[in-house]
Amino acid sequence: MALADTPETHTDGARAARPVAAERRWWQLSGIPPVYFIVGAVLVFMPVVASGFVLSQLLAWSFILGMIALSLMFLAGYGNMVSLAQMTIAGVAAYMVAILGTSAVDTISLGWPWWVAVPVAVLIATLFGTLTGALAVRTEGIYTIMITLAIGAAMFYLVRQNYSLFNGFSGINQVNAPVFWGINWRAPLPFYYLCLACAAAAYGVVIYVKRSPFGLALQGVRDNPRRMAALGFNVTAHRIAAYALASAIAGVAGVLLVWLNGQVSPGTIAVNQAIDILIIAVVGGLAHPIGPFLGALLYVVLRTFALDVLVSLGLAGERFQLLIGLGFLLVVFFSSDGILGIWRRIRERQKRDPLTGHSTSGQSGTGDTDG
Amino acid sequence: MRTFAARHPIWSAIIVLAAAVLIWAIFAPWPEGLEDAIGRKKIFLNALFNGITLGALYFLVASGFTLIFGLMKNVNLAHGSLYMLGGYIGYETANATGWWLLSFVAAFVVVAAVGVALQVFVFRRMEGDDLKQTLVTIGISIVIADLMMWIWGGDFYQILAPAWLSGPIDLPLITGVSRRTGEYIYLTYPVVRLVILLAAIAIGIGMWLALTRTRIGMLVRAGVDDRDMLSATGVRIQRVFVLVFAFGAGLAGIAGVIGGTFQSVAPGEDIRFLLASLVVVIVGGMGSIPGAALGALLIGLAEQFGSVYAPTYAVVLTFLIMVLVLAFRPQGLVAVRR
Repeated sequence: MALADTPETHTDGARAARPVAAERRWWQLSGIPPVYFIVGAVLVFMPVVASGFVLSQLLAWSFILGMIALSLMFLAGYGNMVSLAQMTIAGVAAYMVAILGTSAVDTISLGWPWWVAVPVAVLIATLFGTLTGALAVRTEGIYTIMITLAIGAAMFYLVRQNYSLFNGFSGINQVNAPVFWGINWRAPLPFYYLCLACAAAAYGVVIYVKRSPFGLALQGVRDNPRRMAALGFNVTAHRIAAYALASAIAGVAGVLLVWLNGQVSPGTIAVNQAIDILIIAVVGGLAHPIGPFLGALLYVVLRTFALDVLVSLGLAGERFQLLIGLGFLLVVFFSSDGILGIWRRIRERQKRDPLTGHSTSGQSGTGDTDG
Repeated sequence: MRTFAARHPIWSAIIVLAAAVLIWAIFAPWPEGLEDAIGRKKIFLNALFNGITLGALYFLVASGFTLIFGLMKNVNLAHGSLYMLGGYIGYETANATGWWLLSFVAAFVVVAAVGVALQVFVFRRMEGDDLKQTLVTIGISIVIADLMMWIWGGDFYQILAPAWLSGPIDLPLITGVSRRTGEYIYLTYPVVRLVILLAAIAIGIGMWLALTRTRIGMLVRAGVDDRDMLSATGVRIQRVFVLVFAFGAGLAGIAGVIGGTFQSVAPGEDIRFLLASLVVVIVGGMGSIPGAALGALLIGLAEQFGSVYAPTYAVVLTFLIMVLVLAFRPQGLVAVRR
């Protein structure tokens, strides 16, 4: 298994490289492509150059949105289940942290210590997401979008009109990240590293699960559910398990989100937000787990600076949604794989032989970002 | 119906009993004990009528949605935006000309034209790719919502009904007995809502007749069942698609005017009616007009009774109905053969 770099495997090109990569052990650093080290180093040493605003409001937010979009990408990319409820699941975790932990609304908050509240919140969110999934998988394909959207919208209206548990329209504020190990996790620098660690862990989990027997079976279910059922795989159980994993990721992101904003309100889980998560995932690309993070970074940068750009162009700053919508339409129309698809196409064009027009079989294999 | 009664005697008995209780609750004056237990009869009757009217409105929105979905397999998530556009167009027309009825025509024509444009320029280009179509409708709904926000701002608009429709009317339904005189008190209800209810029923029956009795309705039904086979028999299916999309969008536009008359038009309504359409179609069954009617009635009633008897959990009731239907009849209450 350690002979991953034997020449035979590389003559087959990119397709053969993947199964071999799956046999590597994660501690064998030589198996990890250099891109990972470069990106990792840049992210770890980012605080040296970046200000607190960039760390918490740009990068940490991107990581959080990226994680929620990653959970959507996991479902959509490997299970062909486009769920619009991921933001709602994150919102459930956020609300649970606010309700179980401490906040300014002490009639609702139970005041549990964070090390109880957070795991319970993630657990409840996972449970909620799994139930959502169990409902959604009862029908197939395009119906999933409808059901998950309906669940998300119903949850939004519930938290908006319910005052006894969710404090209605105004939501729950002053939900602060805890202070422990002598570190104030609210400060930009620790919070940045916390989000980075969680995002990296989520990314790693998705990469790992993708190649695990479960992940392979899930992709088999995506490609041909009837054949997988005939082979003896429980199609429904695989799909629900995928929802459970995705919900756990979204739940962790929800906890970080409530700590970042310091509050949670119905606006956090509004339908627009759920759709924004879909946009992030689709624009980034549903083919690989890095796509959602790219999409999230782009979204956050746009969201933060579009106001200034629009105003400088003489348009009103509120037209941000128009910009996002049109950009999304363009991406869906012209590159269904998002940024990743554009990137892949550019690489393929570079590899193409100028005389024959055929792509030369790559020496190092395409898509090395797979790791 | 007779076969149903023969097959499910217990269920039939329960349904008949429930209907009898409902009819008694509607027509008879309530005894004191019942009023103490669940509140006054007037509240119950108002919730019932509001629920039915709301259901009629949901039916208008959702029937277009379900037709488009059934025929083209296109989950048109911009349907709520079409509804809201209809409301704004209706408001502008009624405001400019003073004719309430004209606003229906204007809303139908404009929104149907938007629907045709969507079908011809957008959805035809990506036929057969369900997910891509759905994503595109999401993008379109964002763009339309923001354009409408740009034009009409965040204000609430209410379309004024004409004078001959304003004011309440006495219905021959007893709400209670007057303590002083001993006479019956009758339910008073806004005329405009009754007219809207009747209009929705008329549209529903008309649609059902058109679907079952006319040639074009036959084509649509055949397309819902198997559109590939229909186009193989030589029908110009693209024309049927455009027609159905125009009609479905136009219905959403009309519903927008109605919603703007007895509620109001404001940003956020598009999401609300999109949710309503989704739930109605999930509950009733995808692609089925009778299913949409049944689902709309159920959801409208659930919403109104929920908001009267359990104000902070009204949505949960709607949601519960959807969950129960998905759990026990995932194909919807009125199932369509596949």
